[in-house]
Amino acid sequence: MTEFLMPSLGADMEDGTLVEWRKKSGDTVKRGDIIAEVETQKGLIEIEVFDEGVIEKLLIKEGEKVPVGTPMALINPDGAEAEAKKETASMKKEVKLQPIEEKAEQKVMEKSTKEIRIRATPIAKKIAQDKGIDLSQVTGTGENGAITKDDVENVIVQKGEISKTEKGEKPVDNLVEVEPEKTEAQPFEAELYKMEKQPVEVKKERALTPAEAIRSAVAAAMSKSNREIPHYYLEKRVDMSKAMAWIKETNRERPIQKRLLPAALFIKAVASSLDEVSELNAIWENGLQLKNEINIGFVVSLRTGGIIVPVILQADSKSVGEIMEVLNDLIPRARALKLRSSELSDSTITITNIGEGSADKVFGVIYPPQVAIIGFGNITEQAFAENGMLGIRPVVDVTLAGDHRATDGITGSRFLGSLNKYLQNPESL
Amino acid sequence: MNEEEIKNIIFQLLKKIAPDTEPSALQPDENIREVLNIDSFDSLQFIVSLNEKLGIEIPEEDYGKISTLKSLINYLLAKLKSQLS
Amino acid sequence: MSQTIKITYREAFKQGLREALQNDDRIFLMGEDVGRYGGAFAVSKGLLQEFGEERIMDVPLSESGFVGAGIGAALAGMKPIVEVMTVNFGLLAMDQIVNNAATLLHMSGGQLNVPVVIRISCGIGQQLAAQHSHSWEPFFAQVPGLVVLSVGTHEDARGMLHTALQSPDPVIIIEYTSMLNLEKEISTDMGAVNITKAKVIKSGKDISIITYGTGVYKCLESADELAAEGIDAEVIDLRVLRPLDEETFLASVAKTHRALIVEDAWRSVSISSEISSRIMEKAFYELDASVKRLCGVEVPIPYPLHLEQASVPQKSDIVKAVKRIINP
Repeated sequence: MTEFLMPSLGADMEDGTLVEWRKKSGDTVKRGDIIAEVETQKGLIEIEVFDEGVIEKLLIKEGEKVPVGTPMALINPDGAEAEAKKETASMKKEVKLQPIEEKAEQKVMEKSTKEIRIRATPIAKKIAQDKGIDLSQVTGTGENGAITKDDVENVIVQKGEISKTEKGEKPVDNLVEVEPEKTEAQPFEAELYKMEKQPVEVKKERALTPAEAIRSAVAAAMSKSNREIPHYYLEKRVDMSKAMAWIKETNRERPIQKRLLPAALFIKAVASSLDEVSELNAIWENGLQLKNEINIGFVVSLRTGGIIVPVILQADSKSVGEIMEVLNDLIPRARALKLRSSELSDSTITITNIGEGSADKVFGVIYPPQVAIIGFGNITEQAFAENGMLGIRPVVDVTLAGDHRATDGITGSRFLGSLNKYLQNPESL
Repeated sequence: MNEEEIKNIIFQLLKKIAPDTEPSALQPDENIREVLNIDSFDSLQFIVSLNEKLGIEIPEEDYGKISTLKSLINYLLAKLKSQLS
Repeated sequence: MSQTIKITYREAFKQGLREALQNDDRIFLMGEDVGRYGGAFAVSKGLLQEFGEERIMDVPLSESGFVGAGIGAALAGMKPIVEVMTVNFGLLAMDQIVNNAATLLHMSGGQLNVPVVIRISCGIGQQLAAQHSHSWEPFFAQVPGLVVLSVGTHEDARGMLHTALQSPDPVIIIEYTSMLNLEKEISTDMGAVNITKAKVIKSGKDISIITYGTGVYKCLESADELAAEGIDAEVIDLRVLRPLDEETFLASVAKTHRALIVEDAWRSVSISSEISSRIMEKAFYELDASVKRLCGVEVPIPYPLHLEQASVPQKSDIVKAVKRIINP
């Protein structure tokens, strides 16, 4: 049921007197119909209705003076119009500011244009219709913010990626699954779009090179992330002296081929911490969905630019050594673009380890629909105070970017606390 | 094995890890990892492949002694010599 | 590959004219000062000596009279080329052109064709002030029964006359005085050209720049400048303003999804308004941006050079407009 309210016909109008009902109970009204005449300081005004439906009940009597916003009648929208209710209600409030001199017809037109009409170019609309894209979810970059062909096509590309993730197929970076022999420009593009199962007319004019395809996949995923995910950021300095000593000790007993890198320890520590703070091992799709398996995506940067995120499945049930073996297997193949789809899908959280470079810490961008990304910086020697003593220790800055829709800073903080605990007791991993 | 041969092996192995670079253009005193943009993972791979090729095991604590081309070659030459004797 | 020669727009017309006169005895040129004076713009210089007074005919200063005479000659089996010195005087012949040349086939129930070719000098950019600076292609292009050609390139200056003379119906050829001394390379074996199709002068994928007449070279130069900034513009010379070859520009818009129409003519009720509405009618669902136009400013064309230049689209305007469409 929709309430028909006494409209404000100018900022200075406080109330109005109903002079005459033009419609009676049981009448069908449509948008733009004159429902009543109201006396205001500015004279006798015909009031239009902005709802469609049948008048259920007239709530005030002729001659009655009521403040702006008072319900005057109840309108029962037909089934089909029920959806539009909220919109029309808000529209009614908008009407308040209309100068009364304006023609009723114009008001309806103008308001409906502003409220409902989506500005999109004809071809953008056509493509959206063909591909089933909801234009209200697309941001326009064209003239006066109109949605253009490129805007829709970008969404199609993203959508292809998301739906794959949902189906447990390969996520964005899967582009690289293609055998390197096939990565010549032409077949690669064909593969790319075949995988998305949506014949996209985009970019047919020029084939993408593998590097470009990866770049655009990264661009799409990261744009979506930045657009949709409200990130919060936390940072924790972790003393690595025990962890580094443990690695050194362990490596002494290991053949070169099996030597551990700090990355393996980080992954294991993250996995163990997720066991304790399970809210971060999750995806956000129509709400928070916790995941049972802890599958850790590990960002591998490509020498040619772009990143690939192979997954270490069930990292919590693997030992540090086993994780290192997985890395030894995955990283070279990732760099050669020779991963299998199963090695690129189903990750439930991502680790980025920029530590090798010159930057001390990295604030990650969450890979949707995941809800967190953990960043490990460079391990450097730092002055570190503990128990009233200052010492030079290997230190790493660990960051966490969390999806604030899914969790709060306190959750992330607990996680970093737990991570620190594990890194101070590496033998427990 | 002489210095030149070792150098060639080093170049060959580095090229495999960082195919987009030109290891032979390295200056003797340049930091190999920095110039060729090699991360710790690839660095470990390099050490593993040196081990496979030359039979030389480089312990972790010696990583600091092999950061430039010159120091790496000298390190390997010394190791080979001590193996012989 | 054929050889090319450097040739002025004027010389290209003259070659076409001489060739036509050589090919067919029924063809003759008539107009003010075309004979002894060699043409107001020297296009027919020397032809009187070559072909004689019967074929190169000076006429009295009466546009209505001699254009009417040309129509009569065409009805009687000759193939007259009537030169109207400038389009402003051409208005005096409008009654003959619209009421006789364009209608007689219809009025005679299909019995009488009027194979007259009327060449008219036109255009803005010579500092000739308001009464002699016009882009009146739209006036003629509105009349059913006429074929209206706009000569935007040297190839067309060389080749359009020949094909126009084959037409059984009256053909108006609009020539541009501002381009007469402009030199371009054309192929030495350049001859007759088609007069039913528009032409993609430069192919591109980002936007269709649709133009004619003096706009053609300006748009090409603009496209070169845009290419340097990574915008790949397609340039279309309409060439035939009536009947319009819509197939060519609609196909182009279907490819680029954006269109800019450039002309010197006044904006209202112009060629560009016609092109724009055909795109709306027939290629609406291909558009990724609203169609834009650059036209002459709707004022009597001013005399001072800077104001005259400001009254019609220049290269910088075209470049700017294209960029605004592509990056709004």
